[in-house]
Amino acid sequence: MSQPASLLKINNLHKRFSISGDFLDQLSFKGGKITRTQEHVHAINGISLDVKKGEALCVVGESGCGKSTVARTVMNLLRPSEGEIHYAGKRIDNLSHRALLPYRKQMQMIFQNPYASLNPRMTINQALHEPVKFHNPKWSHGQVLDKVHEVMEAVGVDPSWGVRFPHEFSGGQRQRISIARALAVEPEFIVADEPISALDVSIQAQVLNLLMDAQAERDLTYLFITHDLSVVEHFGTRVAVMYLGTLCELADTKELFSNPRHPYTKALLSAIPKLSDDREPPIKLTGEVPTPVNLPSGCVFHGRCPYANERCTQEIPQLKPDGTTMVACHGIDEGRL
Amino acid sequence: MDALPQIKPSMMARFKDSHFWHSFKRDRVAQFCFGIFSLALLLAIFAPLIAPFDPYDSAQIDIMNSELPPSWEAEGDAQFWLGTDAQGRDLWSTILYGTRVSLTIGICAVMLQAFLGIIIGLAAGYIGGRVDSLLMRIADVQLSFSTMMVAIIVLAVFQAAFGTELYQQLAMVMLILVIGIAEWPQYARTIRASVLAEKEKEYVDAARVMGFGTARIMFRHILPNTLSPILVISTVQIANAIIAEASLSFLGLGMPVSQPSLGSLISSGFEYIFSGAWWITVIPGLVLVALVLVMNLLGDWLRDVLNPKLYKG
Repeated sequence: MSQPASLLKINNLHKRFSISGDFLDQLSFKGGKITRTQEHVHAINGISLDVKKGEALCVVGESGCGKSTVARTVMNLLRPSEGEIHYAGKRIDNLSHRALLPYRKQMQMIFQNPYASLNPRMTINQALHEPVKFHNPKWSHGQVLDKVHEVMEAVGVDPSWGVRFPHEFSGGQRQRISIARALAVEPEFIVADEPISALDVSIQAQVLNLLMDAQAERDLTYLFITHDLSVVEHFGTRVAVMYLGTLCELADTKELFSNPRHPYTKALLSAIPKLSDDREPPIKLTGEVPTPVNLPSGCVFHGRCPYANERCTQEIPQLKPDGTTMVACHGIDEGRL
Repeated sequence: MDALPQIKPSMMARFKDSHFWHSFKRDRVAQFCFGIFSLALLLAIFAPLIAPFDPYDSAQIDIMNSELPPSWEAEGDAQFWLGTDAQGRDLWSTILYGTRVSLTIGICAVMLQAFLGIIIGLAAGYIGGRVDSLLMRIADVQLSFSTMMVAIIVLAVFQAAFGTELYQQLAMVMLILVIGIAEWPQYARTIRASVLAEKEKEYVDAARVMGFGTARIMFRHILPNTLSPILVISTVQIANAIIAEASLSFLGLGMPVSQPSLGSLISSGFEYIFSGAWWITVIPGLVLVALVLVMNLLGDWLRDVLNPKLYKG
């Protein structure tokens, strides 16, 4: 079986956010000297990842681990502090607004909160017409209309509802409309930033199925950000597990769920509630997630890892293959685990 | 797909169903104020048709009719129901024309303020960073000079430099420019604040992901969502602009006596108030107070209606 080509490649990505305000706020008077101190939130610390054509790569992790920052950096809503992002072989993270336009048509994003992601002052028709017309300036009005009708029908929204405003729809319907907006420019790659976490459970399945149907029909590739492991099991081709801005483990979905390697992944999976009574008690992690302002030295997980040794506190583990899985853990590297 | 009945509500139907209309129907004060304001607006627009005399036409003015009291007073003339001013102009006609001048200046100055303030506020809020710091510091500097002081200096210098004749021709334009330019920071600050709130919302990210340009996002996506505060300050600012114009006219830096606004009318009558001709000052004064009061009350009401926090609780 030949490996499908990778569509998106993330290379050693870092993203830091300054939290010390502007230049004057950074100055402080310490020990008789004026010193300038800058503090950063280290949201992403050296992530390398590739998304293969046609797959759905799920990124999981707890709140604040940098999942959404990865999504937003990939979409160029944020500029990376370090590292590179390649799309279809071309570097895209340093392009100007104009040079990015062709990629905007190929890469689209679906947002978390359907109540905020549609402009409240625009009708559905306006919201869908604008991107189609913008990216296809030569199309006639009829062609634009046909395209808008096509995507609205594809997501199960009656085209005659187009005259209404977003507030007249339910959350599920709005999320369908934002999916329609993303599909309207005929992208091949979609970043979905927790697209179903704001929805009611009964609607989540519908929207998830809609995304899977769209993938089958339109040959889409997904980078799917979520914190819901049952969704991952249902949806993902491969899974990337993140902790505090670093990648712990990257594996095929089946492999990850049947044989998790990284201690963090193990703890994460054992926390899924199950009906059966005979399973092992969940692994309880001690302590808190460290602050991303002052990162722990070495492996970011060492403070909470039951297997951590001296090396884990010193050296940052690199993502290394272990079977079909890629895992960043000294314990596994040394064969201790 | 279950077929819902297709509804295509017209603008009117939408409006009748809105919170805006319902709250207007409940609020007596708002109805009353809106009535008075509309009446003033209509009288001002149709002043040439309503006014029995043309106060700009010197052929119709007879100096012998000067300082006639209102018609209900003993010495009043039935021809002039609010009396006449010192030059023999019918006060009712002059007030109609004066309201017209005052409202024109107020509305045009506010349009200029809004134009400058919206562009600057949007740019500062959306682009942020150094642009924001620079524009907001300029706004701070502008605000640290009081409007009156700027207006008095500019208008006095203009009058001295180019002569009273040219000034009288250009008085209205000058007043609009001065009041318009002096008060744009009010708009810029308000709009910047709401832009800062709006630009964090995901629909702005969605527009950026679509590849839309900065100007398109600012004017087509964010601006429509900041319209309610703009509407609210506009009503208050028109009232403020009218007051500013009246004060300048009262100081002799506003509209010339030949084309009086409400302010210059009040000012021109002031000299005669102790000789018993109270009506030249008092009646236009009452009109001015009523006009400004209803606009402020309307602004208050608008702010209450358009502030979703107050009614969604």
